[in-house]
Parts: sequence; structure tokens; C-alpha cells
Amino acid sequence: MSGKTLFEKVWDAHVVSQETGAPAVLYIDAHLIHEVTSPQAFSELRTRNLKVRRPDKTFATMDHAIPTRQDVGIELWPADAATQVRTLRQNCEDFGVTLWDINGDVQGIVHVVGPEMGVTQPGMTIVCGDSHTSTHGAFGALAFGIGTSEVGHVLASQCLLQMKPKTFAITVDGTLGTGVTAKDIILAIIAKNGAGGGAGHVFEYRGSAIEKLSMSQRMTVCNMSIEGGARAGMIAPDQTTYDYIQGREYAPKGETWDRAIAYWDTLRTDDDAVFDRELFLDANTLEPMVTYGTNPGQGVSVTGNIPTIDELEDPAERRSLMSAMDYMDLTPGQNIAGQSVDVVFIGSCTNGRIEDLREAAAIAKGKKVADNVWGIVVPGSKAVKAMAEAEGLDRIFSEAGFEWRGAGCSMCLAMNDDKAGAGKYVASTSNRNFRGRQGPGSRSFLMSPIMAAAAAVNGRVTDVREMI
Amino acid sequence: MKPFNKLNATALPLRQENVDTDQVIPAKYLTAVTKEGMGDGLFSAWRYNADGSDNTNFVLNDPLFKGSEILIAGRNFGSGSSREHAVWALTEYGFRAVIAPIFADIFYNNSLKNGLLPVALPEDVVNMLWDLIEEDPTTQVAINLEAQTVTLPDGQTHSFDIDPFRKTCLQEGLDDLGYILAKDDAISAHEAEPAF
Repeated sequence: MSGKTLFEKVWDAHVVSQETGAPAVLYIDAHLIHEVTSPQAFSELRTRNLKVRRPDKTFATMDHAIPTRQDVGIELWPADAATQVRTLRQNCEDFGVTLWDINGDVQGIVHVVGPEMGVTQPGMTIVCGDSHTSTHGAFGALAFGIGTSEVGHVLASQCLLQMKPKTFAITVDGTLGTGVTAKDIILAIIAKNGAGGGAGHVFEYRGSAIEKLSMSQRMTVCNMSIEGGARAGMIAPDQTTYDYIQGREYAPKGETWDRAIAYWDTLRTDDDAVFDRELFLDANTLEPMVTYGTNPGQGVSVTGNIPTIDELEDPAERRSLMSAMDYMDLTPGQNIAGQSVDVVFIGSCTNGRIEDLREAAAIAKGKKVADNVWGIVVPGSKAVKAMAEAEGLDRIFSEAGFEWRGAGCSMCLAMNDDKAGAGKYVASTSNRNFRGRQGPGSRSFLMSPIMAAAAAVNGRVTDVREMI
Repeated sequence: MKPFNKLNATALPLRQENVDTDQVIPAKYLTAVTKEGMGDGLFSAWRYNADGSDNTNFVLNDPLFKGSEILIAGRNFGSGSSREHAVWALTEYGFRAVIAPIFADIFYNNSLKNGLLPVALPEDVVNMLWDLIEEDPTTQVAINLEAQTVTLPDGQTHSFDIDPFRKTCLQEGLDDLGYILAKDDAISAHEAEPAF
């Protein structure tokens, strides 16, 4: 019998019950909730007269709908966002759930705050009513997004009924060149394998280029597993992981820490384990990536061209390209570099951590955002914001002409008032280039933080390597 | 959950791949704290003009397809956000089944929890269905969950896969929670044995 993959080890350790012909009852170690996808789940608990089984394993924050303008109190918020926040407060109070409130010191995008607080640990199962829960897989956790019905199931039982996904190894070997980042790795993977290519699978990112990434960079990669069609993506824990976790509020302490390390050390794919599918990528040849279309698989290197119709064989791909070109008002075959941008958004659970802001600030320092560009920088959490301000990054961005905001999801999904206008081109460090994702009628180019900073300064899509 | 057994209905051809859940229900409809009212937001960016009037070029507004209970879309349907609001929008509008070559995982799961049947059929069959229905919008498409078949008026039948457990839940209108809560002893036993 062959060995086990990392995913299989974590899955097997959480199967509470497995009846023949039924999905597994899978135990959930940490449940993260936010204001948008939880209210109907709490209503369901009330209707059925159920409690939250493990409030100690449930953590709430507010991120999706909240304004990020820092001078606006809740009394001035749009009524529906205020209602969602007040509903979350009431639900957390009634059910005894820890809430990282916008009025407190700890708050931000749920996938930035969870790791910062040390809640996210190797070998855990972690869920949230948000598809970018895959972010936490960077720690060797099995982490995936769920719908609101499932949020209710986990609140009530700490378990989910789940079919076992298949395994998919993505090996990235080599060394990234200057100006090439973790964001470019994941955009290249999705461009190669397609936006739906990972359906039914859990990715495991491995190889020398992955091992060299920091935790922040690993989170960027795992975050966009969902854009590759996989519900989850995982990276085996190592010393980099342990160094990040140690000392954080919810991290194991003392003897428990030693036992944790001994267990976490076992969470590596066995040499003789077999994956259902595999894909290889050479980090040495990667270039900065930019998406040109309306799904995250429609990406090219910044030195490349949008494909022509003739280059695509599949009729469905051709239809997708034509439809995307029509929406984006771009031409098949054209260069992506040089394309003008109107708005620049730096932030999100993909690229809103301190390292992302440091890298973007290094490009923006001493320069000015182009006259025709509106740029906003939105830290992923209050902790990121505080660190950035202590380092003076806020001043670098402000002096360059960016708006410096409070923590939240902001223009990644444009649920609040941070919206690009209709027809506007957005250079964005977020994860989705769907039609209207960043405001009705908006057109997104996904890219890394340094590429976005370069686009802001030049007012067009630019190869950041020319500025380094 | 409303049980699903058989459905004999007309279908709406949506010739689009990668229809993400932002298209099914845009973010502005997610500010609700209840499930109601999502039907009005279904495909709103495509369905309404900027002034709020109906976009008559969008197939959902075509009178020929009014009352369709089956949506037929391209590959990777329901990709992106985990928002269950997308399923609530489809069911409130009146859809009971979606046919596509492949579904995004979270959407597929969410559908099953709301009595919306996701039917995965091969791409060439979906292409054929689009052609057939555009030619004759009155075409009755018969879905039989017990037999796991989609049958057309000329008698041609296409089989689809569904997990047997999920099939029973749909047929009987059962949700997951009752099943999970019955495992209380096993859950407690698991909790008594920490990983480290």
C-alpha cells in the first residue's frame, strides 16, 4: 500500500464517521465567520432551537460590507451594512462567539486575521462562509469555503458532511527572478490549468520554489486555489510555518508547543504517496503576470499578448475569449503592457498583508500616482495597518497620491462604497476579474502588488522590472 | 427542503462558460440578513439596463423562455464566491435544475442543500440541447432523478451521475444536519482525543 499525501493525512484525522455510501462526517477545528454569510445560519439555529456547539472554536470578524473610509462612524454607514454588523454583534453575543469587532484592536479580513491571531495551524480543518478560506492551507491545514447552510451545520455540530476530494500535486521548482512574485506563480498556474481545472481536487503546492516562500507569499498562492477551481490548496508545514505561528495569541504554548511540532512534522506527503493528478511549473522562466479577461484563467505574462482566436482550438474557450474581449473592450492579439488603467487597488486577502504593502511602497516611494489614476491602499487588518504606519508606509503611499484606508475587503468585491466606475480599468492585487466584480461595469487586471504600484505610477500596465 | 423527484419543464439556454456567482447574484444583493428577495437580483447585471428596465437582449427576458424551470449553461457554472445567495436567487426565480458540463464545487454543494438539482452532462450534449431549445423553446425536457436521466421529446435519453446519498436526500427533502446531529456520540469521542 502506498503512502499518504498531506491532504489524506489531515482528512483521515478528522473523519468522525464514515458510513458506506455516505459522505464522511468531517470534524472542523476552526470556524471563521463574518457579517455577510452568517446571519441566515444563525436564524436557522434559532428556528431549530440549537446552540453553537463549540463557541471556543468559532471566531467572527467584520470585513466584507464595512466601509474602509476611516472617518465614517457606523451611524453614517449605508443602512444595510450597519444592519449586518449589528446582526453579527447580536449573534455573537447571544451564542457566546468571540468577535473581533471593528471597534476593537483586532479586526480585518477574516483570512488575514485568523493567521495573525495564531488560530490557523497545521493539520487543522478550517472552514468559513467565504471561498478564499483556501488561504489557510498555506499552513498545512485543510481549509475551504462553504455556503451558509453549511455554516449552520458547523455552528450546530462542529461537523460537515463531505465527499472526499481527489488530490492534485502542483510542483514549482526553481528560483523566481527579480520582480516575479508569489502572485505570479498562482496566476501562471491558473492560466496553465484553467479556471475550472481543479474542480473536485485539493491542490498541494510543492517544490523548491514553494519551499522558499514566506508565509505571506504561501498564503497568496493558496488563497487563489479557488480561482483554479480547487476548493482547497495546501503547503506542507516546515520551520517557516512554525516561526510564523510561535508566540501568537492562540498558538500552542510550552509543552503543548513541543507536542504540536512533533505532530506537525508528520504532516508531509510520504515519498511513495500517489496523487490523482500532477502539474509542473518552472519558476526560473516565470514573468510578472496580468489577467486580460473576465475569468482568472485568462492571464498572460506582461511581455506577452492576449491570444488571438486562431490560437485557441476549443470552441468554448474561443467563445469565452470573444465575450471577455467585448466586455473589456480589448483586442485579441494586442499587448497587455501599455494598456491604460484608471483605478489601482492594493489590498485584499490575496495581497493585503504587510509584506505586500512593503513591496508596493518600495515601488511607489518618491513617485506620484499618474494624474488620471485613483489609487487606494487597503490594509488587510488593523494589525497590518498599525505595522505599516509604524514603518511609515502610509506616508509613502499618501505622498505618492494614494488614499490610505482602514482594514477590510473593500474593492476586492465592492460590497461597500469602494467601487471602480463603469468602464474603468482597475489594476488590482485582488483575486477575481469577473465582470463588474470591482463595481458595476468595472474591468479588472489582476496582478502583483509591485505590478499594481508600477501601473499606478505610469497610468498603464507596466513591466515592473523596468523600475527595479 | 422541497423534495425533488421528477421534473418535466421547458429550459432556458444560457450560452456562457464560467458563469461565476457574481453574475448569478451581484454583491449588492448580499447585504440582506434573510434569504428572501434574491430572485429579483438573479443575473441582474445582464437582466436589467442601467435605468432599471429589462434588457430585452438577455435570454431571461425573452418571452419565448418565460416559465423555464431548467437552466442550461456552459462549463464551470457557479465558479467563484461561496455565496449561497446564488442558489437562493435561482430557486426563488423558479429554477429547479441546472444543466452544465461541469459545476464549481461549492455551488454544486450549495445547490444540493436547497433542492436545486445540478445535472452534469457532456459538453456535446449541452451544445445539442442549446441548439434544440433555441430552435423550439417549447421543448419539454424531462429529468428523472430516480433513473438519473434527462429525456427529450424524441425519446433520446442522457444519463447523469449523482452521489447516492445526495440523491436520497434530494428525493426525500432531507438536510444534512439531522444526519450529523445523530452522530453526537462519535463527535464527542473525536473531541476527547486531541491531535497533540
